[in-house]
Amino acid sequence: MFAKLALKNIKRSIKDYAIYFFTLVLGVAIFYVFNALDSQTVMMDVTERVRDILELISVLLGVVSVFVSFILGALIIYASRFLIKRRSKEFGLYLVLGMGKRKISLILLLETFFIGLLSLGVGLLLGVIASQFMSVLVANMFEANMTNFQFVFSLSACFKTLTYFGIIYLFVMVFNTINISRQKLINLLSSSKRNEVVKMKNHWLCTIVFLISCIMLGIAYYLVTAGLNKFMEDASGVQKLLIPIVMGVAATFTLFWSLSGILLKIFMSFKNTYYNKLNSFILRQFSSKINTTVASMSLICLMLFVTICVLGSALSINSTLHAAIERSLPFDAQVEGYGSSKPNIEEAYWQENVDINNILQDIVTYRRFALESYSVSDSLGNVSATLDENGVVQASRTTEYFVKQSDYNKVAPAFSLPALDLAQDEYAVVANYPEIVKLRNKALAADTPIEVEGQVLRPKLDHCIEGTLELEAMAMNGGVIIVPDSFQIKTTHVYYRETLLGNYVNTERSAELEQQLMSLNNRFFNSETGEEGAIYNPGIEINSPVYYYNVETRQSIIDNNVGTSAMVTFIGLYLGIIFLISSAAVLALKELSESSDNRAKYAILRKIGASNKLLNAALFWQIFIFFLFPLLIAILHSIFGLKFCSYILSSIGGTDITGSLPWVTLILGAIYGGYFVITYLCSRNIIREHRS
Amino acid sequence: MKTILELQKVEKYYGNKSSLTKAINNISFKVDEGEFVAIMGASGSGKTTLLNVISTIDRVTAGHIYINGEDITELRGEDLNRFRREELGFIFQDFNLLDSLTAYENIALALSIQNVNANEISDRIDRVARELNIKDTLQKFPYQLSGGQKQRIASARAIVTNPKLVLADEPTGALDSKSSRMLLEQFGSLNEKFHTTILMVTHDAFAASYASRVIFIKDGKIFNELHRGNDDRKKFFNSIIDVITLLGGDLNDAL
Repeated sequence: MFAKLALKNIKRSIKDYAIYFFTLVLGVAIFYVFNALDSQTVMMDVTERVRDILELISVLLGVVSVFVSFILGALIIYASRFLIKRRSKEFGLYLVLGMGKRKISLILLLETFFIGLLSLGVGLLLGVIASQFMSVLVANMFEANMTNFQFVFSLSACFKTLTYFGIIYLFVMVFNTINISRQKLINLLSSSKRNEVVKMKNHWLCTIVFLISCIMLGIAYYLVTAGLNKFMEDASGVQKLLIPIVMGVAATFTLFWSLSGILLKIFMSFKNTYYNKLNSFILRQFSSKINTTVASMSLICLMLFVTICVLGSALSINSTLHAAIERSLPFDAQVEGYGSSKPNIEEAYWQENVDINNILQDIVTYRRFALESYSVSDSLGNVSATLDENGVVQASRTTEYFVKQSDYNKVAPAFSLPALDLAQDEYAVVANYPEIVKLRNKALAADTPIEVEGQVLRPKLDHCIEGTLELEAMAMNGGVIIVPDSFQIKTTHVYYRETLLGNYVNTERSAELEQQLMSLNNRFFNSETGEEGAIYNPGIEINSPVYYYNVETRQSIIDNNVGTSAMVTFIGLYLGIIFLISSAAVLALKELSESSDNRAKYAILRKIGASNKLLNAALFWQIFIFFLFPLLIAILHSIFGLKFCSYILSSIGGTDITGSLPWVTLILGAIYGGYFVITYLCSRNIIREHRS
Repeated sequence: MKTILELQKVEKYYGNKSSLTKAINNISFKVDEGEFVAIMGASGSGKTTLLNVISTIDRVTAGHIYINGEDITELRGEDLNRFRREELGFIFQDFNLLDSLTAYENIALALSIQNVNANEISDRIDRVARELNIKDTLQKFPYQLSGGQKQRIASARAIVTNPKLVLADEPTGALDSKSSRMLLEQFGSLNEKFHTTILMVTHDAFAASYASRVIFIKDGKIFNELHRGNDDRKKFFNSIIDVITLLGGDLNDAL
């Protein structure tokens, strides 16, 4: 019998439950889509390495899902609380009729159960459909072929979704039960008769707080954009990052607090607009609403800000990396050998029974050398003095690499670098790591000479040649000094690094050829003891008898990069969308919780002669401004936040965030806008006149 | 004297053939410009229904109602809204003020809906406020005001649009005796000074005694009518009580 009552209740309050249901369905669908990613990729034709990357991404998404389920859980509990409040008169009635609190809890339990079941069903259906599209997106991202498009259903994701949401609903049921049992009967019955008391804040206080907030925001904005360089030069950069964030958060709260007090005053001063049609009513409603929801408004604003930045950054990573990589990886493979006497890579492969010429063609080899006791700080000269303590230590610990001019000219064209013709006493530098380039440019512009092996060389150019001489995922070249061929190395305390670059002889068999190349990867050989083994990056050791080799291929760099960018994109999308749904849902629920108040007010307006058109327009603007307000401030924050994100991303690989903005707008419009439309339609229904 | 309101053979039925309720059963009467008319009847007599059809909130089943010569039973939709907005003023028993707006803004709303500009709004509210003695309460919110003050604000809202007819539904129903007296006296003075035509529905004989004419309704029909003529209020009150006594005292719930 209670089941029947529960079902009837749901059917009757479909309008009330619309937003709740919509949120649940979206949450379930998104959850399923991101957890089903691994099975979507099963049918893609990719290398094993890429498959490993995809597995990693899936694991990460799984971890993020735990966090997401907490957010969704909190949201659902908030929504349940709101629904119970909406129906307090109904519950009060049940209690008055003698139905005990336990029985009411049972009804609520059943309602939650049915809604949960229905939402899981619809949500999973939606999720399965969406994930088919997702697999197309993923294949696109990894430039993989879809061997055959199959309809994929991930049982594990389905199971996971059911489990996580099952737990959430369990919590909701427990929570509802506790909530109902704590209610007092008189409060339930008279909940609709609350009178609205308008809270007024002191105007002068609000104005002062508003100005302070603006100043705080201004400083925070400045610190993360224009003042960024100076800011970042200070050592404890990461720690100091906290300052603009804390300032920004605090300023947001105080901004909303103060604005809610003075906004109305501002509106009222425009008499002709204020006393036009129903504007005074709309503005008063809006003002009283933000007055009472300062905390949640600020929170929603900040969540929207995080959403926009996360989405903007995540979606922009993909595009730029592709183009950049094509340009900066002119060879298929690169083998490097390190040692105190000149390592010979071709020799080393012969030892492994591999003929390098059967694997690579267009081979270019060059040799770099590093000298004991010559470090970057020596090259920087006086510029070292401008570094802070940490920087000085780092610079003095980093050994400088040199390359002879002829070797440089051998490999420069492939890397799109200019050929050099140095005089006997000249040197040049090629580097591309942004921070180092800045420092070196300062030194070069100051005509800093270098004194090395008893020879003094002056800079040929007043700036670095921007570029690199090896395959790298991102701009990581800290600098190689190019010296004339006449330069003499007198010391024996020297360390060599030989680089061999080439293209596969047969691109079809590249996987197999790569396999053969890898036989030398991360291998070391001790020329004295004969010991050999595998080690990763032993670092430069001058005078050490150890030779060390490593192999890098274009494909692995691309794969890793795509993997990284894919991971960032997915996690960004996942979190961003969940945050967006939460913000919009809370706003929608807050608006709908006043619908019964709205009905009474709009009835009065109707009685004094306002037409339906006017009333619907008033409702529209009321809700529109309510949704727009936190979004506007979030967008304001984002203008500066995205600039900051650009900066951070540029150190990873340079991105153009503006490219992702259309997508961000689309997602924002679809979800936030969707919630707005549903809220408006539901509210309009509620205030509609019922004619007998 | 111009006829402001005329009801011709108005009928309002509810239900269907098997269970018919005749809320208004063939009522006809006229109200001239500048009259202050009270409609008295017990609960269930049909007086609220009568007010509802006159104020266009409800539709008649048969008959015609003319306000200022216009047949409102023929009006539909937007025309109805416009008519209600421009020609009628309402005062309700439960005030129906918007509690999120100040008293001034509540009154202004009636004018801003009609696209009156801000300066003129200010002038008109000023005049009305002086008349109803509510000048010092204009910037307050309804929750800060007493019942009497709220009803005066509501009255101000009703008359600020210069309506042809002011309809009041039990305006003193929620007020104590002192506030009731003040409000009714103000109605009286509005009627005398500005010739505002007022139609007041009430079950309270004391309130009815302030009118110049009382129409008694029972079971959907008019069964008596009293004109004040030159009598003072006390004498008129006694006449009204006599009529009620005739009915066996079942008109009033309270005096």
